[in-house]
Amino acid sequence: MRVSVDSGSCHGHQMCAIAAPEVFGSDELGNATVLIAGDIPVELQAKARRAEANCPERAIIITE
Amino acid sequence: MTDTRKPVEDILTDYDIFDPEFIKDPYSAFSEIRESGCPIAHTERYEGSWLPTRYDDVVAIAQEYETFTSQSILVLPPIPGQNEGQYGGVKAPPISSDPPEHHWHRRLILPVFAPQAVAKYEQGTKDLCNSLIDEFIDKGTADVAGDYAQHIPVRVIATLLGVPLEMESDFTAWVRAALENITDVEGRKWARQNIIQFFLAQVEDRKNNPRENDFISELMNTEVEGKKVPLDYVLGVCNLMLVAGVDTTWSAIGSCMWHMAQHPEHRKALRDNPELWPTAIEELLRVYAPVTMARVLSKDAEFQGCPMKAGDRVLMAFPAANRDPRQFENPDEVILDREHNRHVAFGSGIHRCAGSNLARLEVRVALQTFLERIPEFELVNPDDVTWAGGQVHGPRRCMVKF
Ligand code: HEM
Ligand code: SF4
Repeated sequence: MRVSVDSGSCHGHQMCAIAAPEVFGSDELGNATVLIAGDIPVELQAKARRAEANCPERAIIITE
Repeated sequence: MTDTRKPVEDILTDYDIFDPEFIKDPYSAFSEIRESGCPIAHTERYEGSWLPTRYDDVVAIAQEYETFTSQSILVLPPIPGQNEGQYGGVKAPPISSDPPEHHWHRRLILPVFAPQAVAKYEQGTKDLCNSLIDEFIDKGTADVAGDYAQHIPVRVIATLLGVPLEMESDFTAWVRAALENITDVEGRKWARQNIIQFFLAQVEDRKNNPRENDFISELMNTEVEGKKVPLDYVLGVCNLMLVAGVDTTWSAIGSCMWHMAQHPEHRKALRDNPELWPTAIEELLRVYAPVTMARVLSKDAEFQGCPMKAGDRVLMAFPAANRDPRQFENPDEVILDREHNRHVAFGSGIHRCAGSNLARLEVRVALQTFLERIPEFELVNPDDVTWAGGQVHGPRRCMVKF
């Protein structure tokens, strides 16, 4: 599983980082960054999915 | 004062968001509209407005900023003559700005509110909460809205802006007149004048006595395309910080305290499982979303079958969107570890609340500190709680005993 953020739709709600702080962080403007380049470890995948389900802008893209 | 309000005949065609019944319980009105054949209500009151209540509709409107502009974001019409005179150009950027200016208006303030930037206010907020609790802990009762919630955001913002904390009660009075008691037009004018004059004096003072590390000074020294930002912008942003950062967060803290007073099981859950806090705060913000904003149409548009006209006002009922059963299972229930929570208490799209990370911090620290020191408390009398509503919804007096 990999995750990315569509920076055009992200408006910095930070709900992704609240749901999965190991996977998502924030740049200096408060918009989301992905902290894990490459595959998301199995134990963090549920959290990453939860982050996706909490983003009001639907800016998180999960590819399996 | 006698209430001269005309009774509401039909909520779908005649809603009144300032009706005391609506203020007390807006949720059953939202639900009635949402589940009717016409989920976007209309009223002729206050020069007319539309009220969408479904999540998808509110979000779609927030995203369509070209049709639904932010020329005027109060739920009531602007004050006549507001944009004339020497300071007529002072608005409330970025909330009152549309693209393309909105981009730089927002860009300049975002770094101040990033999660890593607001973390430095945590300890100060906690100390402040503790000192407020010290005032009443021995009495066995407290007004958690008036003696606690009310004092927190205003002092945090005053600290951030670098303005005198001793003026707290003036700031609170101006903000309430500007955002809460807004059917009183004279009060709104008074607040606007006071706020502009106050920040003008603060700017003048900084010209003569430069300071470091305060928001107003940084703003004054910011350059865009090689030029200092205009005075109207500086005054406008300061105006917004005060107005957007105080009443909103105070209302959120107050509603959360009101909830906790009635839910010992939630107090216990948070005590036993502190890892619940982050999702619990989002869930409380969803259920008790305090803020409704407005948009003004730039052109005629049919939206979901409603014949909207250029100049019409649309109320962005984020609190209604947050309780739409199409989006949230058991929407009226507080589920501290709710899995799927795309709530829009902070709005959606380009105007999404810039201060949300600070607001969350304040709400969390206010609740945590209170629950740590006063783990058990309850409402003195549920019928005695008073509420503000319309633009911002939250308790104004809420007595608890412990
Ligand atoms: C729980 C507390 C708060 C809530 C519920 C809240 C809610 C909102 C909402 C719904 C919007 C969107 C307005 C729109 O779509 O027209 C907004 C915008 C904004 N809020 Fe907040 N707010 C809160 C606290 C704060 C605080 C503490 C600050 C700053 C000190 C702040 C600063 C702003 C700013 C600057 C904007 C405008 C952003 C833009 O237009 O780009 N808010 N807020
Ligand atoms: S929740 Fe969505 S919009 Fe918010 S910061 Fe994360 S990716 Fe961006």
